[in-house]
Amino acid sequence: MSVDIATVKRVAHLARIRVTEEEAAALQGELNAILGFVEQLNEVDVAGVEPMTSVIPMAVKRREDVVDDGGIAADIVRNAPLTDENYFLVPKVVE
Amino acid sequence: MALQETRNTNPKNLIPGATGDWEMVIGLEVHAQVASRSKLFSGASTAFGGEPNENVSLVDAAMPGMLPVVNEECIRQAIRTGLGLKARINKRSVFARKNYFYPDLPQGYQISQYDQPIVGEGTIVVEVGPDRDGRFEEVRVGIERLHLEQDAGKSLHDQHPTMSYVDLNRSGVALMEIVSKPDMRSADEAKAYISKLRTILRYLGTSDADMEKGNLRADINVSVRRPGEPFGTRCEIKNVNSIRFAGQAIEYEARRQIGILEDGGTIDQETRLFDPGRGETRSMRSKEEAHDYRYFPDPDLLPITFDDAYVEAIAATLPELPDAKRARFQAEYGLSAYDADVLVSEREVANYFEAVARGRDGKQAANWVINELLGALNRTGHAIEATPVFAHQLGELIDLIADGTISGKIAKDVFEILLSEGGEPRRIVEERGLKQVTDTGAIERLVDEVVAANPDKVEQARAKPTMIGWFVGQVMKASQGKANPQAVNALLKARLGIE
Repeated sequence: MSVDIATVKRVAHLARIRVTEEEAAALQGELNAILGFVEQLNEVDVAGVEPMTSVIPMAVKRREDVVDDGGIAADIVRNAPLTDENYFLVPKVVE
Repeated sequence: MALQETRNTNPKNLIPGATGDWEMVIGLEVHAQVASRSKLFSGASTAFGGEPNENVSLVDAAMPGMLPVVNEECIRQAIRTGLGLKARINKRSVFARKNYFYPDLPQGYQISQYDQPIVGEGTIVVEVGPDRDGRFEEVRVGIERLHLEQDAGKSLHDQHPTMSYVDLNRSGVALMEIVSKPDMRSADEAKAYISKLRTILRYLGTSDADMEKGNLRADINVSVRRPGEPFGTRCEIKNVNSIRFAGQAIEYEARRQIGILEDGGTIDQETRLFDPGRGETRSMRSKEEAHDYRYFPDPDLLPITFDDAYVEAIAATLPELPDAKRARFQAEYGLSAYDADVLVSEREVANYFEAVARGRDGKQAANWVINELLGALNRTGHAIEATPVFAHQLGELIDLIADGTISGKIAKDVFEILLSEGGEPRRIVEERGLKQVTDTGAIERLVDEVVAANPDKVEQARAKPTMIGWFVGQVMKASQGKANPQAVNALLKARLGIE
């Protein structure tokens, strides 16, 4: 499997990463090298093997339904470039 | 996913076009907020209407390094809902990331479920109607799946000329997305489906399904086709938050598509928005590109697994559901399908009815609850939970009719008093002298007065016995409604010599 330049640009756009033409060409090479490396895994026969979801066999941790967090609005917005009354402000997005 | 035909064409549902008949095909994705105190993956509150960003933890704000831990109650609620929809419960399900960018989605992805949802196929039986003859049509709508996912935050666009305000209080609140099969063929069916689903969720206590608060929202897929032909290209109407709007949006959208097809055009598969003010749907082109969500299993979360015993313990706590209750009301109390349907629409209404009906005549109890109580609540804008007239009061009132203390007409007056002032029906009747007059002597005097005052009418009544109704009315009026109508009738007949 290998990616063409259009796919590189599309993936970059979906990830909201701006790439120039030169960068896209370079990234195409790097991505194809990575894909080539990963492709070696196809040589392993995994028929009948359950996909591994954790390196140690354990069940997912679950929380009780209690409210024990929140109430820190000022902290939540502290790092935001623009805020008003503990709202985040972002450039207008409207349908 | 291959879509399968499950319905035969019903001519009633066809829409006549300029070039022949058309049929709508409708499927719904309903998002219902899970009833839980804290969020799906954090300990922040789900309370409605908090101050901006008040109910937000570092997890909900997607601060670096924060990890989600699933709320067990949300898992139970999803299973409970699945059981209520008679659906397959998947003992292993997987959370996946749905990737897209929007300012009210701080993670840059929504944690949802993709190819391994917690609940699989099920069914909802929907009663559509009543039609002009009072009949209901039973429609079975297949459920494709139910999965758990996070809600996004909220953006306000009207606070500032160039900026949007983002509040993450809803961010991370648990939603159940309930996906139907494309089994509906009219706006009425879709409306009845949403309404039934809402009733089931409220019975189960798994969502308050409050549409005004946005706790139940529907994405509606609509397409049209010639009867018997394969499904047409569909459009998705996003985020409809009222049952009435859902009906309007579907009607508009089907006609729009028929118009295009009859003019020789083709339908573009797209996302549309319903504008309630204009009663129209319009294209949301900006969403088109976003459809490449690149789902993958969330590496922060292990699969959700549980055993049969876990499901059985939840199943043991399920309440009687609306379908079972309706059937029981019809069998136990002899109610019509319509009355039973009205009474089971809300669990609280059903409980109220049963409290009134216990040990009394079921049909009479149903009439009072539906016509007087629900009518009054509607008029005054009260929910059943805030009813000013309690079940024991209405029950006592019905007893007073049954034992002949008051007439049905006076009972309605007493009901109005209960509504505005409260009190005990028996005492109200005593204190205000509303007791039915069954004393023959007293009624006889009134009969004599009315007969003496209307000699011409007496002549007419002897010639035309149905005139007696006028006399009954006059005597009742003279008694201020307190005379026993049967006694009045009998005495008048004797006095006028009418058989």
